Amino acid sequence: MTAFLQRLARNRLAAAGGAMLALIVLVALAVPLLPLQDPNATATAERFARPLSEGHLLGTDHLGRDLLSRLAHGTRLSLAMGFAAALIAAVLGSVLGIVAGFLGGRVDNVIMRGVDMLMGFPYVLLALAIVAALGPGLVNALIAVAAVNVPFFARNIRGVTVALAGREFVDAARLSGMGNLRIMAVEILPNVLPVIVIALTTTTGWMILETAGLSFLGLGSQPPQADLGSMLGEARAALISHPHVAVVPGVMIFLVVMSINLFGDGVRDALDPRLGAGALTRPLPATVVDRPAPPPLREPDPPALLAIDDLRTEFRLGRRVLPAVDGVSLSLGRGEAVGLVGESGSGKSVTALSVMRLVASPPGVIAGGAVRLDGEEVIGAPFEVLRALRGRRVAYVFQDPQATLHPLYRIGDQLAEAIRAHQPMGARAARVRALELLRDVRMPRPEDRIDDYPHQLSGGQRQRVGIAMALANNPDVIIADEPTTALDVTVQAQILALLERLRRERGLSILFITHDFGVVAQLCERLAVMYAGRIVEEGPTAEVLAAPAHPYTRRLIACVPEPGAGRRRLEAIPGLPPRLDALPPGCAFAPRCHRARPDCGAGDIPLRRAGARAVRCLHPETTP
Amino acid sequence: MLLGITVIVFLIMSLIPGDPATAILGAYATPENVEKLNRDLGLDRPMVERYFIWLGNMLQGDFGRSFSLNRPVIDEVAERFSATLVLAGTSFVLCALFGIAAGVVSAVRQYGLADRLITFAVLIGISVPSFFLGMIMILFFAVRLRWFPVSGMYAIYGGGDLADLLHHLVMPAVALAAVAAGVVARLSRSAMLEVLRQDYIRTARAKGLRERRVIFGHALRSAMVSIIPVLGLQAGFVLSGAVYIETVFQWPGVGRMLVDAILKRDLMLVQGGVVFVAAAYVLFNIAVDVAQALLDPRIKT
Ligand code: SF4
Repeated sequence: MTAFLQRLARNRLAAAGGAMLALIVLVALAVPLLPLQDPNATATAERFARPLSEGHLLGTDHLGRDLLSRLAHGTRLSLAMGFAAALIAAVLGSVLGIVAGFLGGRVDNVIMRGVDMLMGFPYVLLALAIVAALGPGLVNALIAVAAVNVPFFARNIRGVTVALAGREFVDAARLSGMGNLRIMAVEILPNVLPVIVIALTTTTGWMILETAGLSFLGLGSQPPQADLGSMLGEARAALISHPHVAVVPGVMIFLVVMSINLFGDGVRDALDPRLGAGALTRPLPATVVDRPAPPPLREPDPPALLAIDDLRTEFRLGRRVLPAVDGVSLSLGRGEAVGLVGESGSGKSVTALSVMRLVASPPGVIAGGAVRLDGEEVIGAPFEVLRALRGRRVAYVFQDPQATLHPLYRIGDQLAEAIRAHQPMGARAARVRALELLRDVRMPRPEDRIDDYPHQLSGGQRQRVGIAMALANNPDVIIADEPTTALDVTVQAQILALLERLRRERGLSILFITHDFGVVAQLCERLAVMYAGRIVEEGPTAEVLAAPAHPYTRRLIACVPEPGAGRRRLEAIPGLPPRLDALPPGCAFAPRCHRARPDCGAGDIPLRRAGARAVRCLHPETTP
Repeated sequence: MLLGITVIVFLIMSLIPGDPATAILGAYATPENVEKLNRDLGLDRPMVERYFIWLGNMLQGDFGRSFSLNRPVIDEVAERFSATLVLAGTSFVLCALFGIAAGVVSAVRQYGLADRLITFAVLIGISVPSFFLGMIMILFFAVRLRWFPVSGMYAIYGGGDLADLLHHLVMPAVALAAVAAGVVARLSRSAMLEVLRQDYIRTARAKGLRERRVIFGHALRSAMVSIIPVLGLQAGFVLSGAVYIETVFQWPGVGRMLVDAILKRDLMLVQGGVVFVAAAYVLFNIAVDVAQALLDPRIKT
């Protein structure tokens, strides 16, 4: 509750709305105590007095009645009607919704049928029909507006209740012999209350508008009594000659409804932060770069096709900064396959995505380092240059093809689109090429599959499409981010064999991101192990597997019974990966390391190179 | 669904307190008239039977007779409805186009100046009563600037052609569209934000597609899946709002007819008008469902 209030108070707009609303409500409550003139006292001699005239702060209307006084009384009436309608609708709707959702079966069916039918009407039409039957008048208008909004509450509340009715605590209550009525009141109601409040805050504004609307049409409050709506309605006749009579109540309705909406949005965001507009941010086309000058080009030897140099990528979440990638350097030669291994959260995927600036931003920021393709710096390049490289020279294969293929496009169209992004060609030619690609990745019956949607394919087939898409423009580098993790074992082996074959046939360079040493052993000449955003060991695959130097590497390998034998979990290592915003000084692995000694926590530990191998450890398992 | 509407309207109408014949005839009620009407309407029979008689008559196009206008309800409603359709249809197109466009811009430029301006405009749009907005527009654009006529559908002298209609249509259509556009913009913004975070958008970018293609081809297409049902609801909003706007702008549509009919207690006219408009709305929503199914191959029809 306090957290809720804090969140609400932090939202300045909501606070402003709440304050305004509170002020209006207070004044409306105090109306009988205020020294106002009689709102219904007519004085034909003083009709249509302008605002700020003698004795009438806001002027008078067509019967010479004091507008300020009428405004105050009208606001009071409008607020009362709106809140009453909202409350009635909320109570009735919630009761119906809870009963329908909790009892289910026939009761549910009947209630929801009725609700659906009512929702099939344009709402004012329904209100008009009710007013037509009952006759114009304040109370009838109120009944109509409340009735029209009942279905909205009933449907929302039912949805939540259905979800709750299956939960254990409800079963427990049932077993303990509680009656249905008590369960609904004691167990269900408190849990659906936030939903009711959210629905209330979003609908009260409308309901005030709707009741005002009916009065405006002359179907609500009847003269001489006036709410804001009927004041507007009466002013319409003299709109052109005396606009102030209309503007005064109109602005008031606007202020009331706006303050309720502002406050309501704030309440909703605070009750349900996930729904809040602030919680959802969309990634920019390319990761934000905020780095000092890129490090100078060190001529590598032999010249690398892709060189990641001292890359730093961090997530900036409010005041917190998480260094996901903390100074990673890695190179990939032409035709080479390199594995980047680590647990989830080690920064391996962020490293991979940083290459083409695909890390979601916000919150991701590339804060330092460089990525060079044939010696050309990529990170600082203009967006159009980067876009021309994406997919043409560096292509990605992502982890879960279910989520990474567009669900609404046929796979043939997605492939053709990838081709035409970089090679100008007609639709027909692109389709022929797409078919070729599907054959290249050994898609069974590609002619039939090309017009399928992703959801019609199996997981393995989808990943074949993912790979075909990566191959579309004959790239130099493929970055494969856990391409087989979401697949089952036999399919995994097929996909790996496919990648291996493509690499041999086309001289592709592959950067392979995985947590699985079995996969690395099968595919990669070289590997690098990441822990907490840094590379802790690097070397030729065979040598590292035979004699791991870093204790972490050794533990990872120990988790693998034998290469290629399927999926394994890394959680077998005791302890958890460290929190990136609270890294221990010195070696990040120290809390989980069986070889840790006091000096391990003393200070930064450099990556020490010896020939082809490198290790970041003071007391390595073997000295390479 | 269509049947449901008739059931509900029938039930609401049977709520009329007291003797319906007297209520329908109002001031015209002489004992002979009341008795005749009771016989005509079959009010002496049980309710279920009455419902089916009424339904059968409607299916044959007989919606009863309006006593205040002294002409068949169906003629009056059909004539008025076409005027409403022009107004509401235009507004609907406006609110869909502007709403979606504003939502997309707002999402793509999240937290930017455009986003802030649009969010602010949307807040005003959904808070201002459409009838008040209409009045302000009359004061400003018709009285002060004299750009558009104050009210009506055609000029009394001369008019009658399409240009004249459009000239009269601009203000009511815009006033009516404002609120709905606000709601559509809000929803489009959050739908776009949700979609833009999806993995397949990253895939589209990794392919090297132009950003325009990513936004409109990939993101908006997916977002439409959640925007379209709301457009269906907004059609209801627009039809509802038309009742107010027609009153403000003296537009000869079905909404104003209903209000007049209620004030004159011409219940046959109200009943017929409500059923007719609600039926049109239901048909429109069926069309929306079809559009939805066409857009999303995952929905099995
Ligand atoms: S530096 Fe120390 S704590 Fe870190 S891995 Fe090596 S031995 Fe373990």
